[in-house]
Amino acid sequence: MEAMKDTVDQSLREMRETFASGRTRSVKWRKTQLEAIIEMVKDNEDKMCDVLFQDLGKHSTEAFRDELGFVMRSATTALNCLDKWVVPKKSNLPLLFYPSTGKVISEPYGTVLVLSSWNFPISLSLDPMIGAISAGNTVLLKASELSPSASAFLAKTIPSYLDNKAIKVIEGGPDVATILLKHQWDKIFFTGSPRIGKIIMAAAAEHLTPVTLELGGKCPTIVDHHSVSKDMKSVVKRISGGKWGSCSGQACISVDYVLVEKSFASSLIEMLKPMIRSFFGENPKESGCLSRIVTKKHFQRLARLLNDPGVHASIVYGGSMDEEKLYIEPTILLDPPLDSEIMNEEIFGPILPIITLRDIQESIGFIKSKPKPLAIYAFTKDENLKTRILSETSSGSVTFNDVMIQYMCDALPFGGVGESGIGRYHGKYSFECFSHEKAIMEGSLAMDLEARYPPWNSFKLTFLRLAFREAYFKLVLFMLGLKKYRE
Amino acid sequence: MAKVFQAADATDLVTDLRRSFDAGVTRAYEWRVTQLKKLLLICDNHEPEIVSALHDDLGKPELESSVYEVALLRNSINLALKQLKDWMAPDKAKTSLTTFPASAEIVSEPLGVVLVISAWNYPFLLSIDPVIGAISAGNAVVLKPSELAPASSSLLATLLEQYLDSSAVRVVEGAVTETTLLLEQKWDKIFYTGSSRIGRLIMLAAAKHLTPVVLELGGKSPVVIDSDTNLKISVKRIIAGKWGCNNGQACISPDYILTTKEFSPKVIDALKQELEAFYGKNPMESKDMSRIVNSNHFDRLSKMLEEKEVSDKIVYGGQKNRDILKIATTILVDVPLDSLIMNEEIFGPLLPIITLNNLEEIFDVIRSRPKPLAAYLFTQNQKLKERFAMTVSAGGIVVNDIAVHLAVPTLPFGGVGESETGSYHGKFSFDAFSHKKAVLYKSFIGDAAIRYPPYSRGKLRLLKALVNSNIVEIFRVLLGFS
Repeated sequence: MEAMKDTVDQSLREMRETFASGRTRSVKWRKTQLEAIIEMVKDNEDKMCDVLFQDLGKHSTEAFRDELGFVMRSATTALNCLDKWVVPKKSNLPLLFYPSTGKVISEPYGTVLVLSSWNFPISLSLDPMIGAISAGNTVLLKASELSPSASAFLAKTIPSYLDNKAIKVIEGGPDVATILLKHQWDKIFFTGSPRIGKIIMAAAAEHLTPVTLELGGKCPTIVDHHSVSKDMKSVVKRISGGKWGSCSGQACISVDYVLVEKSFASSLIEMLKPMIRSFFGENPKESGCLSRIVTKKHFQRLARLLNDPGVHASIVYGGSMDEEKLYIEPTILLDPPLDSEIMNEEIFGPILPIITLRDIQESIGFIKSKPKPLAIYAFTKDENLKTRILSETSSGSVTFNDVMIQYMCDALPFGGVGESGIGRYHGKYSFECFSHEKAIMEGSLAMDLEARYPPWNSFKLTFLRLAFREAYFKLVLFMLGLKKYRE
Repeated sequence: MAKVFQAADATDLVTDLRRSFDAGVTRAYEWRVTQLKKLLLICDNHEPEIVSALHDDLGKPELESSVYEVALLRNSINLALKQLKDWMAPDKAKTSLTTFPASAEIVSEPLGVVLVISAWNYPFLLSIDPVIGAISAGNAVVLKPSELAPASSSLLATLLEQYLDSSAVRVVEGAVTETTLLLEQKWDKIFYTGSSRIGRLIMLAAAKHLTPVVLELGGKSPVVIDSDTNLKISVKRIIAGKWGCNNGQACISPDYILTTKEFSPKVIDALKQELEAFYGKNPMESKDMSRIVNSNHFDRLSKMLEEKEVSDKIVYGGQKNRDILKIATTILVDVPLDSLIMNEEIFGPLLPIITLNNLEEIFDVIRSRPKPLAAYLFTQNQKLKERFAMTVSAGGIVVNDIAVHLAVPTLPFGGVGESETGSYHGKFSFDAFSHKKAVLYKSFIGDAAIRYPPYSRGKLRLLKALVNSNIVEIFRVLLGFS
């Protein structure tokens, strides 16, 4: 550990020196790094798919869609928009301040720490880094030790593509994180669980370090079968894709559970079953298209959730598990007990509870009874229901008639609220996430208002009162002695 | 006799407000407008009482109270009233080929039940301004004013209870005990103005519930005076910004001056001259300055002045009177850089001047210290202005003036580093108390099979083309050419 402490000290020192030198401020430097990231992904596509397969059993198409392709697009967007993002924003000042001018410039925080998660170890590492770099910061990445091949890959490959006096990678688990968190950072970006998020924020409080925490929650999916009956096949396909098609349900924005009216539940289930089979064949374990559970510990957690007697009794499809292969079959539950662990913890696995309601309007109250999730999904064409969902529930985001896809929409901020997180990123929000918006005001030394200065008297007081109220006409009259005011 | 505020009271308070929030009391535009108009009535009907309370608590001159607290608040309320509809409207967001066909927008929603903890130096401004933001954004809010300004705290409690909707807006008076009890509750946002030391404790408490915070702290705001400037005007503005704003007890007060050894005698002379013009030959008797807030702070400032190798650097002022809590307008030159006065935010009427061999050195001096809330520069040199604005990291930068940026609602007011996190004023206040919810409307037209398992090489190629938004490539794949 001593050696690790020294490594961290040294890395921080070097990054701070690099930042102080001003090198990372230049737009040219930032673009070079972003291009290098794209090149790194292009050159190492096969290797990256390999490590993702090793760590998570991810299929290369899934790996490309969710991670590699995503990173390349994010870097490309940053490259294309950087010139626009760095331009200072002019502020209109009230007339009172004429001829002063005001603007806001985005300046990098300095040296930032990115702690990423194991489920999308490439994109959740590189995407925040893209934001940090575009904003002109130096950055240290610690990827998750639960995805060791990806972590090792990043640690080995990043230094040969990026400026390694400004961008560094450290490997390790909680003990390394603890060492890192004792230091002062200019910003910390964390993706992971709320439990760890609290620890990170508490550590950051010591140094008053601003944080962005991308956490999770139970993302509910409302199926209003009345209004989408025509498109039910698409609905079922999208829900299935959103649950089992991305890291086997181990994603912060995975469909966690479904809310549907009791009268439609069995039809829904009877449509989900063949859909699962069309995705993964008769034997999903051998399909090669279903990611595995990340570690034994996570497997055991999910097994425990499923083995709860009340929950187990509610299995209507799937349920088979293979601890050695870290495989859990796509599983559907019908009305597990609402006080069971599985209905009170983020599932983060391939188990889909279907909760039935008398009336789909009850879904609002149900969702509100739980902590604010990262995303709410609703399949409905009923405008009233849409309005109710938007105005009566709170979540990081709401997506109507699809799932997960909000992640791909660069123009939308991606982040949580309440227990699902603090802060946001993606697109220009990534740039802002890692920037301090500095206000700059410039006054003129040519003109001066005597009324600004002591000694105070009632003339000055009245003058200033009128000036602040921007009652310019009255002000002129007052100064010309044409009106007396006792405001 | 006020009831003692206990843990159960804190819990009940939050439960009550949450019930009101959940019932939708604070969401309607009409409710927000009504509350804001009531705040305006408070400013219109009770200015004399506000001025009186501020005089009791701080010896604040009427002009400062009227202009820097009440007038600023009025402006802030009027701006919110004028722009609220706009602020509340969703922002449309652009969608792309990968999410086509879809439309997207960002909806501002209130966070819920928020806590505003304010400071003693501008007790009305720093209490009501954040409350304006909280209410405009549709939240229920609890205000805890500072106990170090008791008359103001009491008046705030009375007025807010009298005028505002107490099912959603409450004031809790008190000190450490009450604040601690409040901080144990789960809030949807905490807005704190005060010291870095307490800021840390607030953030730590907030971490337990993952509550986002805005911390408006402080720091040592440096003022750089270049010889290429209009010295008379520069000095007047510095004096008005320092002693003319609560006698140096303001978060963006000019804390210390940096100038060259060559220019400093002129600076000192100009300061002395203008100080006398503003406050007369006996500044301790001038009614145009606030007093020191209490004996704790008086002792803190005395300690700074009495430190060895500091007390002999006084070139103007230095007199003190603990009975009336006054310290004279004091200027010091070249105190040791490791002295207390150069390492703690002064927050008082003492102004150290540090002289340098040449102006280049300012950047190192400023950079070697924690990032301040504001940094000031007086110069006509365009290059220096640009370099300063680009390289000095501070909450905000003002060239050729002091403090005025806080009155500009179109500029975000907030810190960075130790001067801290988040910003407000104008629309930034509304945003500070809102959650910007991303909303995506997708249709059922067009469901790309490539999204779903089973995965194949063809799907991979198409995906790649789509991700690269390469239209030509997309068609080639679709037509089987790639």
